[in-house]
Amino acid sequence: MSLTPDDVSRIAHLARLELQPAESAALLGNLNDFFEIVGQMSAVDTAGVEPLYTPLSAIEQVQLRLRDDVVTETNQRELNQRSAPAVEDGLFLVPKVIE
Amino acid sequence: MKPVHDMGVAELAAALKSRALSSREATQALLSRIATHDPALGAFLHVDADVALARADAADAVLAAGHAGALTGVPIAHKDIYVTADMPTTAGSRMLAGYRSPFDATVVARLNAAGTVGLGKLNCDEFAMGSANENSAYFPAHNPWDRSRVPGGSSGGSAVAVAARLVPGVTGTDTGGSIRQPASFCGITGIKPTYGVCSRYGMIAFASSLDQAGPMARSAEDCALLLAAMSGFDERDATSVNKPPQDFHAQMRAAREGATAAQPLRGLRIGLPREFFPAALSADVNAAVRAGLAELEKLGATLVDLSLPRTELAIPVYYIIAPAEASSNLSRFDGVKFGHRAAKYDDLLDMYKKTRAEGFGEEVKRRIMIGSYVLSHGYYDAYYLQAQKLRRMIADDFQQCFTQCDLIAGPVAPTVAWKHGEGKDDPTQAYLADIFTLPGSLAGLPGMSLPVGTGAGGMPVGLQLIGNYFQEGQLLHAAHALQQATDWHQAAPAGI
Repeated sequence: MSLTPDDVSRIAHLARLELQPAESAALLGNLNDFFEIVGQMSAVDTAGVEPLYTPLSAIEQVQLRLRDDVVTETNQRELNQRSAPAVEDGLFLVPKVIE
Repeated sequence: MKPVHDMGVAELAAALKSRALSSREATQALLSRIATHDPALGAFLHVDADVALARADAADAVLAAGHAGALTGVPIAHKDIYVTADMPTTAGSRMLAGYRSPFDATVVARLNAAGTVGLGKLNCDEFAMGSANENSAYFPAHNPWDRSRVPGGSSGGSAVAVAARLVPGVTGTDTGGSIRQPASFCGITGIKPTYGVCSRYGMIAFASSLDQAGPMARSAEDCALLLAAMSGFDERDATSVNKPPQDFHAQMRAAREGATAAQPLRGLRIGLPREFFPAALSADVNAAVRAGLAELEKLGATLVDLSLPRTELAIPVYYIIAPAEASSNLSRFDGVKFGHRAAKYDDLLDMYKKTRAEGFGEEVKRRIMIGSYVLSHGYYDAYYLQAQKLRRMIADDFQQCFTQCDLIAGPVAPTVAWKHGEGKDDPTQAYLADIFTLPGSLAGLPGMSLPVGTGAGGMPVGLQLIGNYFQEGQLLHAAHALQQATDWHQAAPAGI
């Protein structure tokens, strides 16, 4: 299986990355090289094997904790927004979305 | 008294406690050493003398009052992947140039509370993606043993800072080997604990089911002191392990049952997976690792031949899972709430695409592309799900091995540190060099690297020890016993 230039543009769109033509060409080569070593994976029979999404579930039952539904954070809007590229009146500014 | 830079964490803490030296003096000595040597090494992305000296003065007050803990007043530095409220955090990326976090990562907060003095932030591969520190968006770091060579990565700046004796101990992070491999390349000691032992809160996420914090220093003892302060349950990390805090330093020193003074490791079974010693392993690395194993045998350990049959498969499995998680984690960098935003764009979608195109480097884009592809409709089962099933099989293989041994040993990497620029043209080839660190990462097991001599070009070689879940104490105990009997960990690069 080989990826095509169309695959690369489709994935780049999904990943919200604008690629220059030279970058797309290089990535196409890189991805195809990479998926060559992935081939050995599909040859293994994994029927009936449970996926290991989080490592400790290899040895124990892992349950995600739920915390109490109480307020734990105080309002720190200015501190939280100090590294934002564009803010006004405490709001994050983005280009107009709704006409 | 020795010069400050020649003292390790434990030694420096003792000198501070005895008041032979103040934290301010130690901090000033190391700050001036950084100013002299770091321009040629590139270990630090940021140094803040004012913040450091203020913390040193606070530590001196605690020391004067006689309330000092194990680390009070000891200067350290943090990998720039940990967010810090008092210094900038970039994750080695242009995306976060100038970013100031509103809070401290839990690991940083705990080390601050223990009285350590953070001098600055350490260079790393962008978002911890890389094995040579050449993916830093700012500048590469150089191996102090030979500056024409890489220090390893992604915690490359961390390893350089310790090896060049700019600080006695540092924090690193390890997703697929990012503590162990640079520790090996720079001749220092590093430990990645069991997944969940250190909080990931405030550690900028790369691959959340793999990322772990850990210390790097000159000795197992120094690592034990730092790990004890860094680790422990944190309710802010959903995968933090809820177990009582552990005294790794005490575990490191506790005598084994049946041990003698000459044979402190008597009865310890060390497994050697055949797959960790393939024909392609460099002869110099093999020789140094075997020398380390021979010392462990002298100390009473027995070596057991065994197999981890899916070692090679760990490469594609890791390089599917880690990029998949990365593509999801890095979607937060969209130019809205923090970080870089493109100057010119047509609309919201175009802003996202241009911002991310400008903010991310080549390797990060490559991994986001791999991750987005393997998670996309029609490919998920064949790649991501299949990889997670194989991950279970790899973890089960380890459990099978641990019925026959207590620890597993092997090389950290197939070669010593390579020259700058080598391997940059073929990223897939570079991934193959992670073969010995990836299996333990996928399983979430604790692993260490400790120096066992030198190979080609006089470059350091690390021995990897892997323990079963929550056996950090056993790992540190074996490493400490080896370091008590040998002096490989005391070797320092010339000319610094």
